[in-house]
Amino acid sequence: MLFGLNKKDTRFLIIVVLLTLFTPFLMQPFAETSPLAQFNGGYPDLMAKVAIFGIFAIGFNILFGLTGYLSFGHAAFLGVGSYAAVWMFKLLTLNVFPAVILAVIMSGLLALVIGWISLRRSGIYFSILTLAMAEMAYRLAYSVLTPITNGETGLQLRPHDPRVLDGPGAPQYPNLFGLELNDSYFLRLGDHVFTFNVGYYFCAAFAILAFYVSLRIFRSPFGLMLRAVKANQQRMNYTGLSPRPYTLAAFVISGMYAGLAGGLMAAMDPLAGAERMQWTVGGEVVIMTILGGAGTLMGPVLGAGTIKYLENIFSKINENVLHQWFAFLPDGLENMVVWLIAHFTGEGWALTLGLMFMLVVFFMPGGLVEGGRRIARLWRKRRHGGDGGADGDELHRPARSPHVAE
Amino acid sequence: MDDIILQFINGLDKGSAYALIALGLTLIFGTLGVVNFAHGMLFMLGAFCAVVMQRILNISAVTIDETQKDFLGRPLEVKTPYAELWFGPEIGQVIVNWSVPLSLLLAVPFMALVGWVMERGIIKHFYKRPHADQILATFGLAIVIQEIMKEIFGANPIPVPAPQSFAGSLDFGVLLGFDPNVIVYPYWRLIYFLFSSVILLAVFAFLRYTTFGMVVRAGMADRETVGLLGINIDRRFTIMFAIAAIVAGVAGAMYAPINSPNYHMGMDFLVLSFVVVVVGGMGSLAGAVLAGYLLGVLESFASMNTVKDALPGIDQVIIYLTAIVVLLVRPRGLLGRRGVMED
Repeated sequence: MLFGLNKKDTRFLIIVVLLTLFTPFLMQPFAETSPLAQFNGGYPDLMAKVAIFGIFAIGFNILFGLTGYLSFGHAAFLGVGSYAAVWMFKLLTLNVFPAVILAVIMSGLLALVIGWISLRRSGIYFSILTLAMAEMAYRLAYSVLTPITNGETGLQLRPHDPRVLDGPGAPQYPNLFGLELNDSYFLRLGDHVFTFNVGYYFCAAFAILAFYVSLRIFRSPFGLMLRAVKANQQRMNYTGLSPRPYTLAAFVISGMYAGLAGGLMAAMDPLAGAERMQWTVGGEVVIMTILGGAGTLMGPVLGAGTIKYLENIFSKINENVLHQWFAFLPDGLENMVVWLIAHFTGEGWALTLGLMFMLVVFFMPGGLVEGGRRIARLWRKRRHGGDGGADGDELHRPARSPHVAE
Repeated sequence: MDDIILQFINGLDKGSAYALIALGLTLIFGTLGVVNFAHGMLFMLGAFCAVVMQRILNISAVTIDETQKDFLGRPLEVKTPYAELWFGPEIGQVIVNWSVPLSLLLAVPFMALVGWVMERGIIKHFYKRPHADQILATFGLAIVIQEIMKEIFGANPIPVPAPQSFAGSLDFGVLLGFDPNVIVYPYWRLIYFLFSSVILLAVFAFLRYTTFGMVVRAGMADRETVGLLGINIDRRFTIMFAIAAIVAGVAGAMYAPINSPNYHMGMDFLVLSFVVVVVGGMGSLAGAVLAGYLLGVLESFASMNTVKDALPGIDQVIIYLTAIVVLLVRPRGLLGRRGVMED
């Protein structure tokens, strides 16, 4: 019984906290000298990205996973969060807290407006509305709003920014009360090098907070209401409950999560560009959530981690590396294999992502979490024999919407 | 006044493209009940058919002309397209020059094949899944197709010229009694508009006046009953999917001279064509066409300088703004049937 959670959830939370704290070890399993060192993901940039996109996906999951409303417009909130944070860095102080707070507030406000309008419709119409809104935000950021967004160049820090709260000796990089976010402490154990980065732990702290809040929402009556929206909105209406306030609240919360992610992104790298608001970025978070498992607690984080890690690793694999790997094959075969695989790695990462995504939607609609559960059930069955506990419609997938012709 | 007419006709060709894509999307949605996020990719594949045709026709035989020297003094290598060798220089040049219209010969069978494979291979499995799953699967497919095209054709737009005979512009203003050179309209855009009108009419006529079309319309209205009458409606719907793919493909192929094919045009047109479908009314064919032209023309008007000065940025967002207003005021779209996807 800790923080209002029951025993199981407390254990769950503690595991998550430990995993987050030891990420620098976990993502760095290979020694620097080993040929597998390129599979190491334990550098600050990547770890922070995983944490940030984890937050983004957790927030998205509160909307999509619980209520079933598929938004394609969450990139807008990410972008607004980034812009708000960079403006705080420029005007007020390079301390990250005001920046992150303003990022959350601004994106929350935008989410309130967009949600208020978009949630009048549901299903595909809702998706299109959010898509249209995000695309509008993106195009405006590029054109009319250039004084605020600095257009194509992107919003950056400048030496002559006012920064009214910062004294003359203040650090010149986003910092946590003087501790610069790009500071790292290196731990050497034999051939292994582990990096402990201030920025990563800062993001990780927020990720844990985000996870905790989402856990509480999942277990709360509010979360139950959101599930009700997904399960059967009509029945909810007949019971005398209006789904609107609940969905709107979920939308604003998930928008604030996205804004937090955007603010943290700006804190790790104080540059905000409009391309962050493009709807394909919003599509990416959809992919992460689905890949991990929509509607599950851990799924979005897993999805975000998997995609960001694979993206990083795949992009690094070029033809030279492939030739090294397949050197044992006869020459002709080697060239063929390398030629084939090279299309899926390096520049071709997006192709792999698309394929992976299709396969997941096709064969494993519940994502990685569902896959893991299936494996666990199989294993349990083999050990105990008989039924491993059918868990029914655990995913709370929405009922199929009626065909037009019906 | 001349400005308004100019913008109006300028909007028509873009509107034609929107209308053709949206028509295909609506056909698919109306028949199979599937939301196809990969439809913009079919348009793009069509555009690349034009590129491929151009390249095929330009495959050349290299002959060495001893009488001429290049700047290094070596005998000049002359490249002659096979078309010119086979059909004689005059007809051959015309053939090479007309690569875009000729690419329709490639686009129609190729798009039919793509449509059929896509429907049987992927879409089929998603009839009974929620719309969200359909969107996600086809979105993944869209990414895959886009990346493959990027891999094959590179990231830069590939210019594809229209036939020489349509190179100039029609002085449209003179016909209406304005001064010369006030309202000019490139011939190719005129051709595109006429072409798309023909395609649209053909699709409507096909649905209206053939037995096949009647069965399909019946299937759209009540799939189950048509199935109970002993008609294999699934097969007919698959054919409709292929037809929708062909429509998007030829729209893309003919659009290639207006907008040089590039790998992201599919995504660009996808979002827009979805907006068009929603504005026109999900499941309404006439609505999709009307909304296509309407949005094309509106976009064109919004890019007028006087309008832009009054409302900065309006040219960037007009389509989305229209969609939002329509969806909020009239949820079923302009011509949508009552009760179809109205929630």
